[in-house]
Amino acid sequence: MDNNPFILQMKGITKEFPGVKALDDVTLEVRRGTIHAICGENGAGKSTLMKVLSGVYPYGEYSGAILYQGKEMKFKNIKESESAGIGIIHQELTMIPELSITENIFVGNEITKNGLIDWDEERRRTREILKRVGLTLDPDMLIKHLGVGQQQLVEIAKALSKDVKLLILDEPTSALNEDDSENLLDLMLELKSNDITCIMISHKLNEIARVSDAVTVIRDGQTVEHYEVEAGKVDEDRIIKAMVGRSIENRYPERDARIGEVLFEVSDWTVEDPEVEGRLVCKQSTFNVRKGEIVGFAGLMGAGRTELMRSIFGRNYGIYRGGTIKIEGKEVSIPNVSTAIRHGIAYVPEDRKNLGLNLLDSIRKTIVSADLEKIIKHGLIDFDEELKAAVEYKKAVSIKAASVDMGVTTLSGGNQQKVVLSKWMFTDPKILILDEPTRGIDVGAKYEIYKMIHVLAGQGMAVILVSSELPELLGMADRIYTISEGRITGEISRGEADQEILMKRMTALAGE
Amino acid sequence: MKVIKQILGGDLKRYTMVVALAVLIGIFNIISDGRMLTSSNFQNLLAGNAYVLVLALGMLMVIVIGQIDLSVGSVAGFSGMVMAIAARELDLPWWAAVLLALLIGLAAGAWHGFFLAKLGIPGFITTLGGMMIFRGGVIWISKSISVPAPEQLKWFGAGYLPEWGPKFTGMNNSTLLLGIIGIAAYVVSQLKKYKKSAEVTGVNEPKWAVGARILLVGSIIAYFTWLFGTGREGTSFPVPGLILLILIIIYHTITQKTKFGRNVYAVGGNKNAAALSGVNVARTYFITMMNMSLLAAVAGILFVGRSTAAGPADGTSWEMDAIASVFIGGAAVSGGVGTILETMVGGLMMAVLNNGLMLMGVGADRTQVIKGFVLLAAVAFDVYNKRSGRGSHKIRTK
Repeated sequence: MDNNPFILQMKGITKEFPGVKALDDVTLEVRRGTIHAICGENGAGKSTLMKVLSGVYPYGEYSGAILYQGKEMKFKNIKESESAGIGIIHQELTMIPELSITENIFVGNEITKNGLIDWDEERRRTREILKRVGLTLDPDMLIKHLGVGQQQLVEIAKALSKDVKLLILDEPTSALNEDDSENLLDLMLELKSNDITCIMISHKLNEIARVSDAVTVIRDGQTVEHYEVEAGKVDEDRIIKAMVGRSIENRYPERDARIGEVLFEVSDWTVEDPEVEGRLVCKQSTFNVRKGEIVGFAGLMGAGRTELMRSIFGRNYGIYRGGTIKIEGKEVSIPNVSTAIRHGIAYVPEDRKNLGLNLLDSIRKTIVSADLEKIIKHGLIDFDEELKAAVEYKKAVSIKAASVDMGVTTLSGGNQQKVVLSKWMFTDPKILILDEPTRGIDVGAKYEIYKMIHVLAGQGMAVILVSSELPELLGMADRIYTISEGRITGEISRGEADQEILMKRMTALAGE
Repeated sequence: MKVIKQILGGDLKRYTMVVALAVLIGIFNIISDGRMLTSSNFQNLLAGNAYVLVLALGMLMVIVIGQIDLSVGSVAGFSGMVMAIAARELDLPWWAAVLLALLIGLAAGAWHGFFLAKLGIPGFITTLGGMMIFRGGVIWISKSISVPAPEQLKWFGAGYLPEWGPKFTGMNNSTLLLGIIGIAAYVVSQLKKYKKSAEVTGVNEPKWAVGARILLVGSIIAYFTWLFGTGREGTSFPVPGLILLILIIIYHTITQKTKFGRNVYAVGGNKNAAALSGVNVARTYFITMMNMSLLAAVAGILFVGRSTAAGPADGTSWEMDAIASVFIGGAAVSGGVGTILETMVGGLMMAVLNNGLMLMGVGADRTQVIKGFVLLAAVAFDVYNKRSGRGSHKIRTK
């Protein structure tokens, strides 16, 4: 061991793609045995930097130097960085659902005896490693039977099995609920005490504040800020300022709410889990939304928020077991999604890539896709109308793209979300259900989306905002319902709501 | 290069296959001492491959929704056989027999569609079953013997457009009329597009580019009009070719300009997102499968008409030719991608290859080998093209 306090020094890293400089002279220095946070807006270059580090982009495709444990590294592929002790946990989980925990941990690195897999040894080692990440599970359990949080931990266990010294976690808690996130952060602190260095890419400033020892902020492919901190004393506003290059006085825009009559009423809505017989995911949920009102729904992961919204939206999820919907005082039956759209309901799903978009489509085709009837003349689609609508929305919500014929895959998360919102605005909804509309979107784009939501509410739409981020709900909603285990456990007005009250109601056991 | 790009209206990659097809025709024409580009050869080529191209129309939609249909050859054989037997043994008039064949096609498609749409059994399995069921059915009902087809059907499978009007045109006037309609339709559509695109986007395409494009496409249509129209006395653009042409127009319109067409692409691209946009996924699956078998029946009728009898082995491995056409035309195995026109180019590629190799005296064995390589090469080229166009992204796999 040398005396270099840094386990990793990346110096002057520049990486170009045809036409774009993704990284421009980026410097990153990580001290041994620390937790180092990297923040930046989407598209700032964080993931690219990690791909350079882990050898996804091999030596030669970038310029600059990587010093790892004092030596210059020239990784040609992930295998090489792995064997040097650099492990990366991707945002999307990469476990194979049909294989067991053991098989997943050792896939590609099987322990063999006489050319055959030594299952006993693999299982023994798996148990050992699982203990290190705080899991007590049967090593033969299939990955598909684990929750997302557990899968994440197994993912880390896998990295540990490879004797990792530097662990990179890319948005590790983005798919986790509060409890699992807490667990994971605790685990990171524990790894740190075992001399494993972590690099954490994250949007969540409170998490960064809790665990990190140093922060590097990247903006537009450049390092804009780097400083050491004492854990728990991270200045959130300073990070935000550095990320967006401007100070956001208020993360939520001001609004003058004009709330009218009750527009949307749901009573005793009850839905059964399609997979587990007899398990109710929504239990006699009753709520209402007024004209021009933004109503928040708070609940922990798995509380049944998405399930409730999707089942209201034309019974897209679950088995309907009762309940009524009234729109403008009239009871309506909504047995399928197209009827829901016809009644003026729009649902922007939380999972943009899997549920919100056809990634093969262009902006233009996407925007009209939920209400084709509107541009059909004599049974045929009128391409001129289509183009007109697309151009109009592109301008109205300022989608950043060269033209409306660009594929939606080429857009950043924020712009993709604007396309999805346009698609639903195109249907002229009366009731707009937004399920985690700002997930995975950078701070600047979030603000724009918030403003759009205000405009829509201002036009008299009834807006339902489902969110995992309590500050977002507190900043945006006029009224907040809390859900726990499929039951609505509270209705709190803007004035009385604070994080503590919400959290209390969100964790209230059903029936209390 | 930039000039060519402007004439073709932008994306050159879209035309790679068309150019390849033209080059292929040219090469074969040279090697065969001009026997490729003769009236009778092209009349044969079109009439002899129309049925595969008809199948490919339906197959494109099936592949776009992310499924595959292995039963089309058997369904085509079965409906053709039922038609021949119904006309011969039940003394049904020819048109009633045709109608019966089409109904059989619809029923077969509903059968496949039911298992896919309602029970969620993948099309591969559903239609593998159908392939065996209907093949067995053909052999069973025909007792392994060929059945002659009604006389009138020959017109559908091997007939020519009527001869009329003045002689001074020097060619078959029906074909001439068809060519004129084709050119006129193209000119009108281009002018309309030119005007509209300027209105909406405010950007004007250079006039000369539009003119050059019209000239280019116009002369291609004119050339083929002349080629088809100046064959020996009594021949013209073949009737199965005309039927194919009409079907191409119908299906191009359905896939590109109707709600159902959009639904097909939406379901193939991301069926969950489609469902949340109000698309009835099961219904889209059902109709697409039903349509495929209906077109299989049409193909069966055309083939029986051309060969003047329905045989127990009719339709064997047609599905493979149809599938190959779709993939050579650039469709994606994972669904969501592919167009009718590209598929037709893919199908013509196979047809020209068959025909050219035959003119060169290459046996069926080696033709098969070459076709296999061409399929691989075409798809590999397409994948390479798409990959190089998308920066560092890998091939999309689902």
